[in-house]
Amino acid sequence: MKFLRSLLHNRKAVAGLLILLLIVLMSYVPGLFTSNSNPDTLGQYDPQLPISTAHLLGTTGLGQDTYSLLVYGARQSLQIAVIAGFFATVLSVLVGVTAAYLGGVVDDLLSMLTNVVLIIPTFPLIVILAKYAGQSNTVMIAVLVATGWSYGANQLRAQALSLRNREFLESARVRGERRSYIICFEMLPTMSSLIVANFLGAALYSVGAAAGLQFLGLGDQSHDSWGQMLYWAQNREALEAGSPLWAIAPGVAIAVLGASFALINYAFDEIGNPALRPVRRKDLRAAAKAEKLRKEGTDHALVDAA
Amino acid sequence: MRFILRRVGMFVFTLWAALTLNFFIPRFMPGNPLQDLVARGRGKISAQAMADMLASFGYKQNENGFQQYFAYLGNMVTGNWGVSLTVAPGAPIRDMVLSALPWTLGLIGVTTILAFLAGTGIGIAAGWRRGGLVDSVLPTTFVITTALPYFVVGMLLIEVFSVTNHWLPNDYTYDYTIVPGFSPGFIGSILQHALLPAAALMITSVGGWILTMRNNMITTLAEDYIRMGRAKGLSNRKIMYGYAARNALLPNLSGFAMSLGFVLSGAVLVEWVFNYQGVGYLLLDAVDSADYPLMQALFLLYTVAVLVAILASDFLMLRLDPRARAKG
Repeated sequence: MKFLRSLLHNRKAVAGLLILLLIVLMSYVPGLFTSNSNPDTLGQYDPQLPISTAHLLGTTGLGQDTYSLLVYGARQSLQIAVIAGFFATVLSVLVGVTAAYLGGVVDDLLSMLTNVVLIIPTFPLIVILAKYAGQSNTVMIAVLVATGWSYGANQLRAQALSLRNREFLESARVRGERRSYIICFEMLPTMSSLIVANFLGAALYSVGAAAGLQFLGLGDQSHDSWGQMLYWAQNREALEAGSPLWAIAPGVAIAVLGASFALINYAFDEIGNPALRPVRRKDLRAAAKAEKLRKEGTDHALVDAA
Repeated sequence: MRFILRRVGMFVFTLWAALTLNFFIPRFMPGNPLQDLVARGRGKISAQAMADMLASFGYKQNENGFQQYFAYLGNMVTGNWGVSLTVAPGAPIRDMVLSALPWTLGLIGVTTILAFLAGTGIGIAAGWRRGGLVDSVLPTTFVITTALPYFVVGMLLIEVFSVTNHWLPNDYTYDYTIVPGFSPGFIGSILQHALLPAAALMITSVGGWILTMRNNMITTLAEDYIRMGRAKGLSNRKIMYGYAARNALLPNLSGFAMSLGFVLSGAVLVEWVFNYQGVGYLLLDAVDSADYPLMQALFLLYTVAVLVAILASDFLMLRLDPRARAKG
């Protein structure tokens, strides 16, 4: 609860959450944003119409309404990011925590695996995998998970190692708790903020990588997505042919989704490490006031300031 | 010594893992170069003639997997990368890679170094002047710019600078009407063509360096030795550069080494968007037409680049950071 409150007090987090909320709405209730429920159909309108009240972002070179394509493209881009981010995080928790908790040979092997995955150049590998494994969202998510977990696993392993010899885990061991209980109910809750940060990082990575793949034409061709729009725009040379918004609108949308994950993630950093928070005039004044009161020796003022 | 052995062991193991992965992925997937060539020939050349041609390039479809694997490992390590099957049938891969390599190194390598230098400088300033103008605006701005996909930024730049205004070219590495040579016109043309892709990379990568450097600075500035420096009456300049920045830079250096390693493979899409004929463009070409030998050689090159960078950064850290020496 306290954590939620500090999240809502952070401007970056609020901005990120609002953007995310908007995109979630777009994904699941597209009807709120546009009345055109089949934006895919080719040749609905004249191609390359400029911006107007009927076509907020003009029309594409293939005669579709750019704005409604954009609205309907949200769902895939968001889903891929969230699902791939989720599974990548699960994998990093499994590998990182197991390695740290079990130690010994298991740790050596898992750390080795993590490092290898971390070093192997990811994007070329994803392109090759996606090319051969076929173009479906399942494949794309699998590929993103397989390449996106290693960074988080390293971080989680480091944190779990630092927790390993703390008293509260020692006491759980002395109580005779099972290993699985200690890991799930004692260690993981302590690590929750790092896990959430990892999820956001993995989701951000997935947004970019998925958009890149779709842009190359390696995504699921049967559903709208922002990367898919970019692919067709590039394919039809939208920039040169005079319908630049066809390429720019989905590009900006991808950037906005990525930015929302990044903002929330950075807000987490700030909450975890107060030194990084921006210094505000209000805070400076409050600090000066607290200092003055402290000098006067009133104890409760200190408590208030804190 | 044990540290060095460990790192070298890691190097060899990762290289082997990458090579093996690289061998098996294309072979377990549907589609092969023969089908691809036949599809491209649109029936003008018979499948048998194609197969004969591929065999003459060293593509043996029916050879035993083990034999293929060991022959492949040997060839990769000795630099005997064979010839391209489909991108430029018959052309030696080594030549193709060598002619693409300088473009990528020049464009992305130089941009990576510039982004690191600029980002570190700005980060030091922002961390030092906590609460100043720079520090209050920058973090939010750069959290956002780091999240932008660089190829999207590239497309935006193309729209503004070369489609709407015709200020700068948006594709190829130089103007092909100019004869390559050491002439001002040729060099100018190269710079002109590199400007937009470099800007796209710069905009999206500088923010990360700024943020990490700023955050490191803030953490370092809270250390006791900084207070000690102040108490001794050292000048601000000396504390800022000699005490704070110097220590704050250490963790960033290994990140920088890593990003140098990813110069070849990290910005594949920028080459695609700008039709820039570097090794990334070559890879996408190879993937597009199922050219295994070319893909494998490129992937090897990418991996070796990262591994060398990491190894170099480990040794550099040993020299620069006494704590790392003590641990090793």
